[in-house]
Amino acid sequence: MYKDTTILAIETSCDETSAAIVRNGREVLSNVISTQIDIHKKFGGVVPEVASRKHLENINMIVQEALQQAGINLEKVDAVAVTSGPGLVGALLIGLTTAKALAYSINKPLIGVHHIEGHIAANYIEHKELQPPFICLVASGGHSHIVKVKDYDSFEILGQTRDDAAGEAFDKIARALGLGYPGGPLIDKISLKGNPEAIHFPRAFLEEGSYDFSFSGLKSAALSYLNSMKMKDEKINIADVAASFQAAVVEVLAEKLIRAAVEHNSKYAVLAGGVAANSKLRQELQCLGSQRGIEVLFPSSILCTDNAAMIGSAAYYRYIRGVVSDLTLNARPNLTIGERV
Amino acid sequence: MLRIISKSAEQTYKLGEKLGKNLQQGDIICLTGDLGAGKTAFTKGIGAGLDVKEFITSPTYTIINEYNGSIPLFHFDVYRLEGVEEMYELGYEEYFFGDGAVVIEWADIVKDIIPQERLWVTILRSNEEDSREIIFDASGERYQNIVEELMQYADTSH
Repeated sequence: MYKDTTILAIETSCDETSAAIVRNGREVLSNVISTQIDIHKKFGGVVPEVASRKHLENINMIVQEALQQAGINLEKVDAVAVTSGPGLVGALLIGLTTAKALAYSINKPLIGVHHIEGHIAANYIEHKELQPPFICLVASGGHSHIVKVKDYDSFEILGQTRDDAAGEAFDKIARALGLGYPGGPLIDKISLKGNPEAIHFPRAFLEEGSYDFSFSGLKSAALSYLNSMKMKDEKINIADVAASFQAAVVEVLAEKLIRAAVEHNSKYAVLAGGVAANSKLRQELQCLGSQRGIEVLFPSSILCTDNAAMIGSAAYYRYIRGVVSDLTLNARPNLTIGERV
Repeated sequence: MLRIISKSAEQTYKLGEKLGKNLQQGDIICLTGDLGAGKTAFTKGIGAGLDVKEFITSPTYTIINEYNGSIPLFHFDVYRLEGVEEMYELGYEEYFFGDGAVVIEWADIVKDIIPQERLWVTILRSNEEDSREIIFDASGERYQNIVEELMQYADTSH
């Protein structure tokens, strides 16, 4: 008889302390996220020391809440999953130590998950029919990768940023425009009121055929523009700058993802990570995708952000293949995707 | 103190590369300059000088990136840190007094824990869009020697 698999998952790699209960990789029984953004807002960015301390204060409560919302006891859990990298080491360690203690206490397996593999798996929760292989763009504050998902546990990086991540570029420009943190949603919002063609910012497509990204030239161009306007004492139209900047980021991300999907014969072009919540990116991708016969998929906004349910989903596919970690699992700030953890 | 005018991002990279070739274990390079001034471009050059094969990407989110070259390169970006306490949390001593060269972007934020002997590099924007003024301020004999090696590139840029 078919037996359900219930996984308790924990994610603490950056801003969010999160715990979730996921059944059979696709069904979310609970997904509790304590957003720490209020604290970070004050500082205009992620403050790592503050992050670890808050994670420590939150973690036990969040795990309890996840169990309670799912209506199960810890003893009913079949495995404990946790993000083991990449991320801020102090933050990762809080989740990791908690997961180890819980797994040990119930004598169930521990499963380490790569944060980006988790973001990709968010789509398995959202789209029950989605199965590998497919092409996925993972774009967030710390990452901009085009990944070929060959199987649930087999990945090939086709392209990545050579300098700044897409979300980081959003954050830095938002800060320069005085919009605040996090930059992505704020730029998305104000861009609706701006003209995306007001200022032509450069698009870095790099060498022909490359799936890599580079956003530092665009960042410099936007900052130079702001600087020169200030020197000339001219008024800056924040909505126009935001919309034009966003258009430049989105055009390159969308074009490369769709091209990767076409060239690798993927039926799907899949979006993941915080930047996947950007409305302009979704719109542009759906437009390009329909022209090229590619189905564009993305998770709902709550699954784009860092959350533990996605970790539970990724962990399930390791669990059913017998790929588990042991209690020597360590935090790996520079963990590479596809690496066994 | 040495001032060099760089006319382009490529030239800034090349200067970084020259500096990278002269770096040894335990060297500390502090970098300051506005957003978009070219700190990461300069660090990419340092990486090339140290034979790092990977892409050097911005460590703004990760705070510390580590690369394997002829010697390890530890690339810090302390933009998000509030001050030195967080550097203790990150275990910075293991990097500063470790087996590689250290580059710290936005080093002024953690000034109090920077060793007395270091090379401080400031990159300033100028009125011309791509042009930058790069100032090398060495303290200690080791770093003065490094700057002397770079002196020859100053002459050609005048």
